[in-house]
Amino acid sequence: MKKYEYTDKKDTRSGFGAGIAELGKTHPNVIALTADLAGSLKLEAFIKEFPDRFIQCGIAEANMMGVSAGLTIGGKIPYATTFANFATGRVYDQIRQSIAYSNKNVKICASHAGLTLGEDGATHQILEDLGMMKMLPNMTVINPCDYNQTKAATIAIADHVGPVYLRFGRPVIPIFTPADQKFEIGKAWHVNEGDAVSIFCTGHLVWEAIKAGEMLSEQGIEADIINIHTIKPLDEEAILASVKKTGCAVSAEEHMINGGLGDSVAQVLARNYPAPLEYVGVHDTFGESGTPDQLMQKYGLTADKIVEQVKKVMARK
Amino acid sequence: MFNLQTMELEKLEGIATAVRRDILRMVAAVNSGHPGGSLGCTDFFVALYFDIMRRKTDENGNPIFDMDGHDEDLFFLSNGHISPVWYSVLARAGYFPLEELKTFRKLDSRLQGHPATAEHIPGVRIASGSLGQGLSVASGAAYAKKLNGDDKHVYVLMGDGEQQEGQIWEAAQFAPNKKLGNLTAIIDLNHAQIDGTTDNVNDNRDLGAKYRAFGWFVEEMNGNDMEEVIRTLRKAQEDPDVPTLILMHTEMGYGVDYMVGNYKWHGTAPNADQLQQALNGLPLSVGTTDY
Repeated sequence: MKKYEYTDKKDTRSGFGAGIAELGKTHPNVIALTADLAGSLKLEAFIKEFPDRFIQCGIAEANMMGVSAGLTIGGKIPYATTFANFATGRVYDQIRQSIAYSNKNVKICASHAGLTLGEDGATHQILEDLGMMKMLPNMTVINPCDYNQTKAATIAIADHVGPVYLRFGRPVIPIFTPADQKFEIGKAWHVNEGDAVSIFCTGHLVWEAIKAGEMLSEQGIEADIINIHTIKPLDEEAILASVKKTGCAVSAEEHMINGGLGDSVAQVLARNYPAPLEYVGVHDTFGESGTPDQLMQKYGLTADKIVEQVKKVMARK
Repeated sequence: MFNLQTMELEKLEGIATAVRRDILRMVAAVNSGHPGGSLGCTDFFVALYFDIMRRKTDENGNPIFDMDGHDEDLFFLSNGHISPVWYSVLARAGYFPLEELKTFRKLDSRLQGHPATAEHIPGVRIASGSLGQGLSVASGAAYAKKLNGDDKHVYVLMGDGEQQEGQIWEAAQFAPNKKLGNLTAIIDLNHAQIDGTTDNVNDNRDLGAKYRAFGWFVEEMNGNDMEEVIRTLRKAQEDPDVPTLILMHTEMGYGVDYMVGNYKWHGTAPNADQLQQALNGLPLSVGTTDY
């Protein structure tokens, strides 16, 4: 197993904040919007530097999505920011008609996704957002794994013309990807070469997959670990190349199993190369209040759970 | 004092008659669509496209359409179901061939039942149909114009039934707070929606008072009086920091006697006999033809 080390830990939302602040300097058409969550989305640096390009919408997410669509008509690149729950479920029809169907160049930037939002509980812990967004034609869906990857993705999506859903989170986690990386939309990142099992992981579960890979390696099992940061368009080539080598796979994500990354992987395998697949994700249930670590333990989104599913799927080969 | 030449007025009214004939023939041809609101708003659309809006044209006077719409006035239709009147006026203003109106609501057409951008029809900048979204979109476009130093104007038409949507009021609060004086919103006040009168379905009460309280400059006009429409729209652009809301009184089905004031014609097409009867009451004027 390739060795991954980290010296620093940060939240992915801070990667977003740093990314958009940097982007402001190179892309004069980038506009930041928020619905009363400028601090939570780490927009302070952008606002300080570019006050005229910041639009505070107040607690009115539906209007924010429509205003963003309208801004693109004047050539702007709006980054509409709020919590993932309010960025998707609350405004699905606005996104569907005014952004996705109309193919507007809006970047929907969603923080506090999934269980790791923590103590606020299930009202705010959306676990269905990737599914909702990937079902929309024209929509690109990205779920980066650490501070550096989130920052790079934030910058990269400005040059992609079309609607994007960028999902990140609240907890402080290890920074293990390079600071100078170039983010390529739709191109999976090969975390580790192995031949026993494929692990397809995204978001906060990538670090868990690395820990699982180390545990498995100690037991003589080399996992082929692939970070699918772009849920749509999916890197089908990388998925198939890996499973043709390993013959089985586990998906890992902080999302509902229905409609998540694992579902997308299953479709690719079923159509092209049927192979056993097991899932690490949330099983048709809402979350609850607790610390991020407690919740990830309780709902089985951990390295231990990935190892368990690897054993299970390898037995099915 | 506003003074429109009689010749000019006659010409606009002649176009409006041709548009009303288009609307009736379009919906009758596919036995679906929304003639009532389309007919009621015809005079407004003709005034907007043939008099009010500063639109980009080539050296021959034909419209140039680009999505960004820099340095020209923009129009958004929020109540997308009255697409027949918009399509007819866009075609007659030269955005696409008049005969394309034949394809309305048919397979592989650019003229979708509700306006859309996916088929790249010139003149349309956003999809609409799911109600309540147009005021937000128009606010965004107006905001972009201010950021771009573009002094042109943004117009948006909404329905009165549509005022029951919550998103409208999010946008109604946003536009005055952001000083979008380059935005004029018009409400088609015909007091009718699918299930009956707006008063009975879910009373909007005093819309003028509501918008005034939100910070808008509120005007009223008779939307079926061409001269009054033009006079009011020209006046609506005065304050650089205050958006304008115009309560436009119209009669659903205006121009077709048996449709006037009857909400059943909101979304019902006339049959062949009814179509003929309606067309008989709308004779083409000199210089206009049907599609």
